[in-house]
Amino acid sequence: MKGLTARLKEKLPKGKHSIISLPYVWLLVFFVLPFIFVAKISFSEADLAIPPYMPMFEWSDNLLNIKINLGNYLWLAEDPLYWEAYANSIKMAFWSTLLCLLIGYPMAYAIAKAPKEKQAVWLLLVLLPSWTSFLIRVYAWMGLLKDSGLINGALMGIGIIDEPIQMINTNFAVYIGVVYSYLPFMVLPLYANLVKHDNSLLEAASDLGAIKAVSFFRITLPLSFNGIVAGSMLVFIPVVGEYVIPELLGGSDTIMIGKILWQEFFNNRDWPVASALAVIMIMILIIPISLFHHFQHKESR
Amino acid sequence: MPSGAVASQPSVTETGKVSRASKDVLIKIKNITKYYDDALAVDDVSLDIFRGEIFALLGASGSGKSTLLRMLAGFERPTSGHIFLRDQDITQMAPNQRPFNMMFQSYALFPHMSVEKNIAFGLQQQTPKLSKPAIADRVSEMLKLVHMEKYARRKPSQLSGGQRQRVALARSLARHPQLLLLDEPMGALDKKLRTEMQLEVVDIIERVGVTCVMVTHDQEEAMTMADRIAIMDEGYIQQIGSPVDVYETPRNRKVAEFIGSVNIFETEIKIDEEDRVILTCGDVCSDIYVGRGVTTSIDENKMLFALRPEKTFISKDKPLQTHNWTEGRVADIAYLGGHSVYYVKLKSGKQIQCFWANTERRAERPTWEDKVYVYWTEDAGMVMHL
Amino acid sequence: MQGQKFSFANLMFWVGIAFLYLPMLVLIVYSFNESKMVTVWAGFSAKWYGELFHDAQLMSAVGRSLEVAFYSATSAVVLAIFASVVMVRIKQFKTRTLFTSSITAPLVMPDVIIGLSMLLLFVALQQAIGWPEHRGLMTVWIAHTTFCMAYSTVVISSRLVEMDRSIEEAALDLGASQIKAFVQITLPVISPAIISAWLLSFTLSLDDVVIASFVTGPGATTLPIEVFSSVRLGVTPKINALATLIIGVVSLVAFVSWYVSKRMNDKLKATAA
Repeated sequence: MKGLTARLKEKLPKGKHSIISLPYVWLLVFFVLPFIFVAKISFSEADLAIPPYMPMFEWSDNLLNIKINLGNYLWLAEDPLYWEAYANSIKMAFWSTLLCLLIGYPMAYAIAKAPKEKQAVWLLLVLLPSWTSFLIRVYAWMGLLKDSGLINGALMGIGIIDEPIQMINTNFAVYIGVVYSYLPFMVLPLYANLVKHDNSLLEAASDLGAIKAVSFFRITLPLSFNGIVAGSMLVFIPVVGEYVIPELLGGSDTIMIGKILWQEFFNNRDWPVASALAVIMIMILIIPISLFHHFQHKESR
Repeated sequence: MPSGAVASQPSVTETGKVSRASKDVLIKIKNITKYYDDALAVDDVSLDIFRGEIFALLGASGSGKSTLLRMLAGFERPTSGHIFLRDQDITQMAPNQRPFNMMFQSYALFPHMSVEKNIAFGLQQQTPKLSKPAIADRVSEMLKLVHMEKYARRKPSQLSGGQRQRVALARSLARHPQLLLLDEPMGALDKKLRTEMQLEVVDIIERVGVTCVMVTHDQEEAMTMADRIAIMDEGYIQQIGSPVDVYETPRNRKVAEFIGSVNIFETEIKIDEEDRVILTCGDVCSDIYVGRGVTTSIDENKMLFALRPEKTFISKDKPLQTHNWTEGRVADIAYLGGHSVYYVKLKSGKQIQCFWANTERRAERPTWEDKVYVYWTEDAGMVMHL
Repeated sequence: MQGQKFSFANLMFWVGIAFLYLPMLVLIVYSFNESKMVTVWAGFSAKWYGELFHDAQLMSAVGRSLEVAFYSATSAVVLAIFASVVMVRIKQFKTRTLFTSSITAPLVMPDVIIGLSMLLLFVALQQAIGWPEHRGLMTVWIAHTTFCMAYSTVVISSRLVEMDRSIEEAALDLGASQIKAFVQITLPVISPAIISAWLLSFTLSLDDVVIASFVTGPGATTLPIEVFSSVRLGVTPKINALATLIIGVVSLVAFVSWYVSKRMNDKLKATAA
């Protein structure tokens, strides 16, 4: 008995590898490996079977047949719908990121400049909504934006308009939903960055004769660059692939790639095309993701 | 100069001071070298620590002193070399196996444990297991030693800096370590409290009778607390000796300049005899007469002459002596209360420092731009190799 | 401090807060509306709450979701503690970049991609080794653990970076083994971060609809999937009632944890003085 525990004790502290391996193996199997399958299935052919794709490797007569089907990618390239969906997703993600930044930056700035004892409460106020259900917050806007919803009702009640404005099922509603849902993700990294700034830098700037606006644009803003990148990527990347918000608030003309992927997968049961869509989406996102990764590490150092 | 040569003869430099230390070697550090990647942190250091002494590693930041301490504690492994505890090679021994305990610079008190739990922690790790009453006894003994009985149930965050230090000291002494390691023991305290705690810590260490190695960048702290000091610079040990030794007989320019202030003159030997040396220097008007012999080799003609500012005299009148004087103008005066520092510009343009003891409240003193004579006695200065 | 001074940033802060809270306030108010119509206030009523609790399908989905969230959060935090140690303490090993990238990537990766890739993995694994036999709570748990682990690692590792390393060294110096030092000293010191990572993971898992839709199977519908399918059909006061309950619980937990930590801080300040 004692021999075993003694041996264990001897082994475990040196177990740098055992510490690494537990999370590493999990990530390799359940995060990295899946992407290999996505890539693989994007090159196979759809089939009416379970699972609904044809195998890529086949043994017959001692021959290994490898079938690589480029058809899915050709299909995507030929149909302008997909092009439009990618372009539209990037466009909408870009503008909503900018909106989040314009609203979120002053908010983060206000929190960082608030008295120490208030900062925690103010930050909590911003983050609290994001701990409640994301779905429910999108749902809340459905009730507000509907034709028979509260905003239209109120406007008609006052007499500004005679008939409801079409708000739900438009891109406008999607923008509201995205900004509403993702605003805390912008505020948090910005606050984390801004709160670290040394106030004496601003004092030094004003001592050297700079007015507040100059100090802000020449000192605070450049120093918060890492936070801006982190926050923007935290909004931009997931919004490109967003599904729930365009589904619930967008209309038939809101074509976003997340929604198309979902439809290909669940409605058309075309797994290979859905995989090809995902592969292209990852390739588009790889640059922003590595940017995010880079700045995330720079910031934590 | 390789530190090995210095370390092999500690008894030579040890003069005068009565030390409680024995000549019984407790720790032997042999040719320790440490690289971090490609950067050399500790360069072939050898030294002996005697049982019962307080030994200080003194140096600027980046001198390798902390690395050496961390290798003693076992947190770092040397790239080469060995550490012996008496006859046992402990170089590769894990920190939790070594009978040494450390008081960290930040004190590293466990924030979620009370003072008594902090002190008990080390006792609970001992094998064979100590009984609960035995641990409780030792904890209260330690609390008493550092006068913290009243604070036993407080959390570290509820203590002042000095109180935290006492707890940290008690915690590291609780296990009866054979060697106590102190990392910048006063580093986290403000200046006033520092002087008070220096004496108290020494008092506690002496009462317990533990051998102690401390690391500090503060020469005053090292000189107050330590029996012997090793001056470290760029990974080397420049000199080991008692506080009096390293101050009054620095081995080289680096040591002389690191400890206290000093005026250094570049000189040439004029007469070199067994009981006296006469030097000439372009900066000094007269010859420099040193009333003792200096070991030189024949081909060495140039020597350094080092003169501490407090060992000089200033006067407006020309001194009577024929050597050991020079003249200059007062370039600047810094009034420090107990004494004033005169910056005297010599004819050659070299500026030297001289102390003026302010023994009288309103004495007549030389002032700015006055022509003054600076002179010293024949045993005031030190002669060093270049 | 002149914190109350009017400034553009402060104005924007309160406008932003209003933007964040008003829709939820409306949601709560109308959950007590007698009428099914959102625009018409027909008097106070708690009848939608009654209907909610009698919806057996929804209630069993609540149970399932809580169960999955509990297990996902717990396993994600355990993995995240290991991952944080790797991120913070083990600076050099081969393929470290792959490791750190796959830790941070799930933070931003769109849900549809994670969901799709996970599903394809499970299908391929089932074909290859017969496991997992069928998709259900187990596969949802694996998927949730993976992406919650990323969030938890960010939270825990940022605390671990800040921690004074010498505290752990002191434990070693006092004779504790590496494991003991970590369990008895490091874990308690970073425990606030561990708790918040757990809570964050719990809410993330409880909230996920997209990934769960991909990887779940028959009979394992989670609450968000249930809510999503009913919300797609339009606004119903029953969902308002559910939303109110969720908002209430989250606010309560947030308030209690804020209050407890504030009280502890105040107490510390008072005794340290």
